[in-house]
Amino acid sequence: MSLNTKPNIASPDDFYQDLIDLHRDLSDEESRDLNARLILLLANHIGDMDILKAAMSAARKDT
Amino acid sequence: MLNTYAYPEFEYIQCDEQKHNTVKRHKAVIIGAGPVGLTTALDFAKQGIPVVVLDDNNTVSIGSRAVCYAKRPLEVWDRLGVGERMIEKSVEWKVGKVFRDEELVYQFDLLPEDDHKIPAFINLQQYYLEEYMIDECKKQYGDLIDFRWKSKIISLKNNDDHVKMQVETPDGVYGLESDYVVACDGANSDTRKMLGLEFDGHFFQDRFLIADVVMKADFPAERWFWFNPPFHRNQSVLLHMQSDDVWRIDFQLGWDCDPEEEKKPEKVIPRLKAMLGDDVDFELEWVSVYQFACRQLKDFKCGRVFIAGDAAHQVSPFGARGANTGVQDIDNLTWKLKLVMDGKVPESLLDSYSEERVFAAADNLLNSTRSTDFITPKSPISKAFRDAVLDLASEYEFARPLVNSGRLSMPTPYLNSSLNTPDEDTFSGKMRPGTNCADAPITVDGQDTWFLNKIANSKFVVLTFDTSITDKTVNINGIDCDILVVGKDIMDSKGCLQERYDGTGETTYLIRPDQHVAARWRTFDQDKIKKAVLTATAQ
Ligand SMILES: Cc1cc2nc3c(=O)[nH]c(=O)nc-3n(C[C@H](O)[C@H](O)[C@H](O)COP(=O)(O)OP(=O)(O)OC[C@H]3O[C@@H](n4cnc5c(N)ncnc54)[C@H](O)[C@@H]3O)c2cc1C
Repeated sequence: MSLNTKPNIASPDDFYQDLIDLHRDLSDEESRDLNARLILLLANHIGDMDILKAAMSAARKDT
Repeated sequence: MLNTYAYPEFEYIQCDEQKHNTVKRHKAVIIGAGPVGLTTALDFAKQGIPVVVLDDNNTVSIGSRAVCYAKRPLEVWDRLGVGERMIEKSVEWKVGKVFRDEELVYQFDLLPEDDHKIPAFINLQQYYLEEYMIDECKKQYGDLIDFRWKSKIISLKNNDDHVKMQVETPDGVYGLESDYVVACDGANSDTRKMLGLEFDGHFFQDRFLIADVVMKADFPAERWFWFNPPFHRNQSVLLHMQSDDVWRIDFQLGWDCDPEEEKKPEKVIPRLKAMLGDDVDFELEWVSVYQFACRQLKDFKCGRVFIAGDAAHQVSPFGARGANTGVQDIDNLTWKLKLVMDGKVPESLLDSYSEERVFAAADNLLNSTRSTDFITPKSPISKAFRDAVLDLASEYEFARPLVNSGRLSMPTPYLNSSLNTPDEDTFSGKMRPGTNCADAPITVDGQDTWFLNKIANSKFVVLTFDTSITDKTVNINGIDCDILVVGKDIMDSKGCLQERYDGTGETTYLIRPDQHVAARWRTFDQDKIKKAVLTATAQ
């Protein structure tokens, strides 16, 4: 399997709002820490190292 | 400071060469009598190679140094006859606990597999280790091992067929020559500098206070590691038990401390009281402040000089890697050098020492650097991820394997070594070519023993499950190999050999003198065995 970069979230607007709401009232530092926890949780769920690496390099924009 | 240990003093005796002002050519000279040099002396002598051991000091390791020894080096020391004494004196442990603040984040059990002679890990002060090896050298090989204490190497030069050295003793300077030299003179190796070799790698911007404390405490024999404990905020602390009621405590200090200040008892004692509580009586045995580094040479062979141990590679001690890997350098070197000295194989076999051990050192450095990055994050985001892992670990199982307070030292298999014969058949299990052999309980002539003890005489071994084989040895271009038939020569009393070596049918292994797999097949085929022995000896 490769990194799915096609739309995959059923209601994009809901997801996006949840993501922003999640950080409401947090300091930059608290947000950074929350993001770190979130990344770890999601990464473990994905598990597949090839996909994780593809996502990392896509996020870093080094294609 | 309290001493639980009386340091032996070895007598300096002026050697004949210096007395009579003659230059003698030796077969092998070992520079440095630390754990690695002493292992070399024992291994060489066991193979009948006479050695001169030079050390600038005249006692064993002073102060707080190595504590934990892993299974593989202990197996090597067991092969050399000193493992059992070390284990007997040591503290064995299996459980590690990781705390954050006051909370237990998780605990691990090394869960060593049953039916191995040697435990997963022991703790023992480095001075005992060295003392036991020196005892064994004197007891077994008094005539082969020539210890020269207070003998500092001050110059060294490679020539085509020998190495020339100058040594400084209390009586002045003398010269000596040797066919080969093993440089085991530690992290600040003078030999390395004399050869003009440079370390690759770096120091970490962090310091650690290492305290050895004598106390009667009822902590269990476990490894306890704290991140950010209330008694030492924003830093880490490690607690480990050693023999004789001595405990090793490491305090991370950070980079902005004054190492000289931190060493003072008036600074150290309050730190320990905060940690241990007011009602624990303790005394300091030794205190030092270290900055750790991860560095290695690109090549562990330079002309006729082999560089081994800390002289060749230096790691931070998280995961107990320094002495542990150094010993494996020697395990790798000795049999090769013996075959070359006996004129049975070309000198090019010696290049594989560097090939295999540089690879192992790099693996070690990688592991050690990763642990250090977790314990001492180098950037705010690295720290954020580290803390996120710790946050999640107490609640969620998935995050626990990410916690890295030091991965325990495991041998690095030489999977890509040029001495391996690649598999042509399929096998399950871990015994791939280049891997150190797993132990197993066996019986020989009705007596219980261990497989690794049976293959401990530094020869090639053909291990076969084909019971139709009747030969006891095979000689390949002058190299003697023992043949061991499972079910005849050795009995697989618990079925562990069969299981660990995937020993179905006529499965046959070629095992190197250092107990590493060189090749394996599903049949016993003389021609293939011969070819594999030649490959394993660079022919
Ligand atoms: C705090 C701490 C904790 C550690 N914990 C562990 C652990 O748990 N497990 C582990 O495996 N390792 C550990 N280590 C690492 C371990 O101590 C070293 O890896 C080990 O001592 C290296 O052995 P060596 O024989 O290569 O060198 P050394 O032990 O340094 O011995 C070198 C010898 O050479 C001699 N010498 C030096 N220069 C000369 C010269 N010019 N001429 C003649 N002789 C000379 C010295 O006197 C010395 O005897 C730890 C280290 C520290 C500092």
